[in-house]
Formats: sequence, C-alpha cells, structure tokens
Amino acid sequence: MKILALVRMALGSMLRNKVRAALTVLGVVIGVASVVVMIAVGLGARSDIEAKVENLGVHMIVVSAGSSTRGGVSGGAGSFNRLTVDDAVFLDEEAESITAVTPVISTMAPIVGGAGNWRAPIQGVDTCYFTIRAWEAASGRLFTDDEVRNRRKVVVLGHTVAEALWPDQDPVGQRIRLRNVQFEVVGVLDAKGQTADGSDQDDVVLSPYTTVQTRLAGRQFIGQILASAASKEAVPDALAEAKTLMRESHRLSAGEDDDFTVRDQTQMAATAQATTNTMTLLLSTIAGISLLVGGIGIMNIMLVSVSERTREIGIRRAIGAKRRDILLQFVVESVVLSGIGGLLGTGLGFVGSAVVGRITGWATEVAPATVLLAVGFSMAVGAFFGFYPARRASLLDPIEALRHE
Amino acid sequence: MARPLIEVEGVSRAFHVGESSVLALRHVDLRVDEGEMIAVMGASGSGKSTLMNILGCLDRPTTGRYRLSGIAVETLDDDALAELRNHVLGFVFQGFNLIPRTTAVENVTLPLLYAHVPPREAREQAIVALRRVGLGDRLEHQPNEMSGGQQQRVAIARALVTNPRVVLADEPTGNLDSRTTVEVMALFQDLNHLGMTLVIVTHEDDVARYCRRVLMLRDGRILSDHPAAHGSARDDLARMPAEEDA
Ligand SMILES: Nc1ncnc2c1ncn2[C@@H]1O[C@H](COP(=O)(O)OP(=O)(O)O)[C@@H](O)[C@H]1O
Ligand SMILES: [Mg+2]
Repeated sequence: MKILALVRMALGSMLRNKVRAALTVLGVVIGVASVVVMIAVGLGARSDIEAKVENLGVHMIVVSAGSSTRGGVSGGAGSFNRLTVDDAVFLDEEAESITAVTPVISTMAPIVGGAGNWRAPIQGVDTCYFTIRAWEAASGRLFTDDEVRNRRKVVVLGHTVAEALWPDQDPVGQRIRLRNVQFEVVGVLDAKGQTADGSDQDDVVLSPYTTVQTRLAGRQFIGQILASAASKEAVPDALAEAKTLMRESHRLSAGEDDDFTVRDQTQMAATAQATTNTMTLLLSTIAGISLLVGGIGIMNIMLVSVSERTREIGIRRAIGAKRRDILLQFVVESVVLSGIGGLLGTGLGFVGSAVVGRITGWATEVAPATVLLAVGFSMAVGAFFGFYPARRASLLDPIEALRHE
Repeated sequence: MARPLIEVEGVSRAFHVGESSVLALRHVDLRVDEGEMIAVMGASGSGKSTLMNILGCLDRPTTGRYRLSGIAVETLDDDALAELRNHVLGFVFQGFNLIPRTTAVENVTLPLLYAHVPPREAREQAIVALRRVGLGDRLEHQPNEMSGGQQQRVAIARALVTNPRVVLADEPTGNLDSRTTVEVMALFQDLNHLGMTLVIVTHEDDVARYCRRVLMLRDGRILSDHPAAHGSARDDLARMPAEEDA
C-alpha cells in the first residue's frame, strides 16, 4: 500500500478516536514544546554572550600579568605583577598585526563630587583605549594625546558614575576629587551595559595613565595591556606575536614559563559560554525526558489500539494484507500522531519562547532548524515507540485475530 | 471441460489444547472445479470452518497436500499466501467482518490497495463492485448505518472486487433473516452463472438447496458428496411477498 494511502488511513483512525488521539498527542506536544523553548533559551543565551563579547572591544587582545600555565598560582614574587608601560610601548612599536595598544592601570579610590561619594574602579589609559573598546563620549569629549603626554588631571566618567554623582545634570565641566586630587570632568561615556560575567562596564572612571601613575597609583606596574588586532582574521597572529614580543620584552629564556597571559575575546567568553552550555544541556535533557514520556504515551495508546483492533487486523490479513502492511500501518499511525504532536509542539514552543523571553527578559532565539529538528525528532520518537505495538500487530495469527471478539 | 481449482489430498488438521489434541479434519480429499457452487454442511464442530481456513490459505494442514489453482500452497511463505488471499480468493464471513467506522466504499477499496492499485482507480473499481451488489446508493455509509443484508453485500463486493477465482463464504447467511438469505443466495447464483466458483459453508438445507453440489462433514471426515437441487433463488424471491429492502 502506498504511503499516502497509509497516512490517510492513519488520519482516519485518529479522527475516529479524537479525544484519545488528542490526549496522546498532548504528551508529545508538551515534550516538543519544552525542547523548543529550552533550545531557544540556550541559543538566546549564546548569542547574548556573543554580543557582549563583541561589545567588549574591536578584535581585542588582553595581556595580563601572571601566568595561567601554572594554574593561576604565580611563582616567585618577582614574577608576579610584571607588566610595565614599557611593555605596552614595545608591543605598540614592534607588533605588525596589532594596530593599537594601551596600558590599563587600575586603582580604587573614593570619588567625591556632585551629589556625594562613590566608589568605582579608576583606570589610567591611553587615548587608544577608546578605539580599542569602541567607546565614545555621550557628552563632552574624550581626553587627548596632549593631555596624556602632559599628565592633565582630566577624567571621562562611565555612565553609571555620572548618573550616581550628577543624577539630573550633565557633569561635563564639573570638578571631581579622587583621593583628594582635583580632576576636571571632560566627558561622559556611552552606556555599554554588563559584561558576560555580569559586571557593570559603566561603573568606571577613566583618566590618562600618566596622570594615574603619578598622582594616584604611584606604581610602576600596570594591570593589563589592551590591544587591537588589525582585523578579525589577524587575531590569532596578533596573539602569537604579542606572546613572542612579551617574552622578548621580559627577557625570558627558552626554558622559562611565561609570566603573563595573552587572551582574545573568545577565550574570555569561554567560561561564560561553558556554563551556559551546561545549563542548556541540562534543561534540554529534562525537556527530552518529557518527550520520551510522550513517546511512551504513544506506545501505550498504540498497544491499546492494536488489541482493540485485533479483529480488524484479522480482516485485513484475510483480504491480502502482508505482515509488512500491518506493521507499516501502525508505525505510520504512530508517526502521524507524533508528527502532529511535533508540529503543534513547535508552534507552542515558539509561543512559549516568546513568553519566556518576555517574562524573564532573556533573549530567546528560535532557529528555523529547530522546527525541522523538533518535528523530525518527534517523528523518530513515534517510529521508535510505535514499532513494538506495530510488530505485535503484524505477528498476530490471522485466524486467531478473526475469531477475536 | 472442467479444470480443477481446488485439489485437497489427504488433509488432516490437528489442534493441540494442553495435553490433548483434537483432530478437526481427518484425511480429507476434495476436488472443486472451476465454475462450481458447492455447499459444505455438517453439525457444529464437524470441521467446516477448519476446512475453509485451509482452503482460504489462512491456515495450513497438519498433513496432506493442497493445490489452489495449480499452486502447491504448502511451499509458499507468509507473503505469498497473503497475495493468494488477495488475488485468487475472496472471503465472506458470518459476522460480515467489515472494518468499523469505515465507509462501504473504503472497505471495498482495501483489497485493491493491498494489491497496489492506485487509490483513484481502486475507488472506481470499488464503486463498480458495490453497484454490482445493488449498493450504488450506499457508498459512503458506514457499517453501523446499514442493515445486516446490506453489510453482507458490502462484504461480498469486497470479496469480488479483486476478481478472485473462488469466493469462500463461511455461514454467510447465519446472521440474516430468511428473505435476506435468499437475496444473498440469489447474488451468489448470479455470480456463479457468470463463472465464479463458490464454496459456501452452511448448516441450513434452505441455503444448500441453491448450490449445485453438497458436501457433508462429520467429525472431520467427508460423509457424503452429491449434487444438489440448484433451485433458482431469483424465482423464489419473486414468489416471496414484497418487502422493504432489508
Ligand atoms: N484453534 C483451535 N484450537 C483448538 N481446537 C479447535 C480450534 N479450531 C477448531 N477447533 C476444534 O476443531 C473442531 C472443528 O471446529 P470447526 O472447524 O470450527 O467446526 P465447525 O465450523 O464445523 O463448527 C472443533 O472440535 C473445534 O473445537
Ligand atoms: Mg464454523
């Protein structure tokens, strides 16, 4: 018998038992819908992280002090924080695949100004910092190379700090005190939002690194060096080059371990991505189990259906149905049930994803492939769980089946 | 010149129930030629249905040989038997055995679908078969919307639709009233006149009367085998008081 005729027959027998079919399908619908929602949440989280990583900077490379090859625990005191402005200058001058370099000197200091007090990281950076991080002034201006060279006491405020100290006023032109040194606010930065690990990027005060070094930190060592690779494709080269140049700059001999770490954005996101992946896997597994339960529901109903229709099976065998025809009939019936469940479940999953996204504020993302995957998978579930009942039906003895009441 | 359609030689059929065994057929020999219309009679439990199941390739003899249309049935596998049932045989049962909640035309279409006839064509042939049994106006009726006589005629249409060599009917009139019984027998006689071979199990003499030959079974053996009256069911029907179509 042709597959189309089988599908028609299967739909017919579904319609003969509408309530039962609906309840059976419901199990699959719920299973598929939850799988779709979980995948949507997972994909959403993934692209959310990707967006945040993109947002960090332009083909950015971060050089930080201390080695990661020793499991985060650095060796002798001498090898600990050993990044210097000279390293940054060396990278800037020597690296071919790197277009911009800035040291980042971080310190914490009480900030006094406008509405009162605030505490935020104060970072001393070069003008390149704004290029590397693709960060622009929302009002006022960024500081200039000239101001860096001349150690001017100017700051650019992160959006959070500006809001905290001057809630309803533009702070540009105002005075601010950092550890009792007076600075002039020349600009406020665009809001950048949170990083992938949830810290607020806008809770920051930026000042020329020369000023921070002499006025605030008083140290020769710097926390990080940020750099931009020439292009996205150049990132691996830039990483390798930065590593070589840093070893050169630190005069490390061949046998010595790195006393610094070079990472790009992808690597920085890896941890966040891994956590999300684990969560997604866990949720999808739970959703998958509910689909499995739906499958078992189908098997149950198919077994009931086979035993109810024993006589029908006998009749069909008497008028020429082969074992294969009976097997196919019930497998198709089961696949049609689960396939319809898959379609409805995908629809419900779309709605569910939107609702979850709306309620939680998470980005949810339904990929077109999800539809195929969900419907295909649920049909496979139907074929798998329908096979055993169908096989039982096909193995019935025709005479016994005909005599069955 | 009669050609043998059914050749049964020394067929026995034993059923094992627990420790004991029942011999439902004992060394039966039977030959049915093309164009015959034969009644199989006998008391309940005499082995009529067992014989029919073997003739119908639904069951296999314990010993003995059975050739259907020249084919040695015992050499065939399950699929080949299914094909024989589909192409060579037509079944009519006492309980009509239509598929419930399925229209008359769908029921009659089924054997053709199993024979891989394209659905559209199968439907046309099914409609022709239903017209032949006088049910051209009941195509879309479901079994529970039809009388016993109508249901049995649907079953006959289903048996006929593949143009089988022989129709096997196991107590086809067992559930029908007397007038409907004669109607069904008239239908069978019409088919027989057109050359169809029929084997009809019955325990009613009134039914056997319409056949050409009567076979008596007792305890799984053939007791007698002789020609029958072969009265015309159509004539009897004409003589009966007119009634609503059952
Ligand atoms: N499947 C079976 N298992 C055991 N005994 C059977 C089976 N089928 C038939 N019999 C026995 O075989 C004998 C003949 O049965 P059957 O052919 O149905 O008789 P009839 O149709 O003439 O009434 C009976 O004694 C019956 O009990
Ligand atoms: Mg019987």
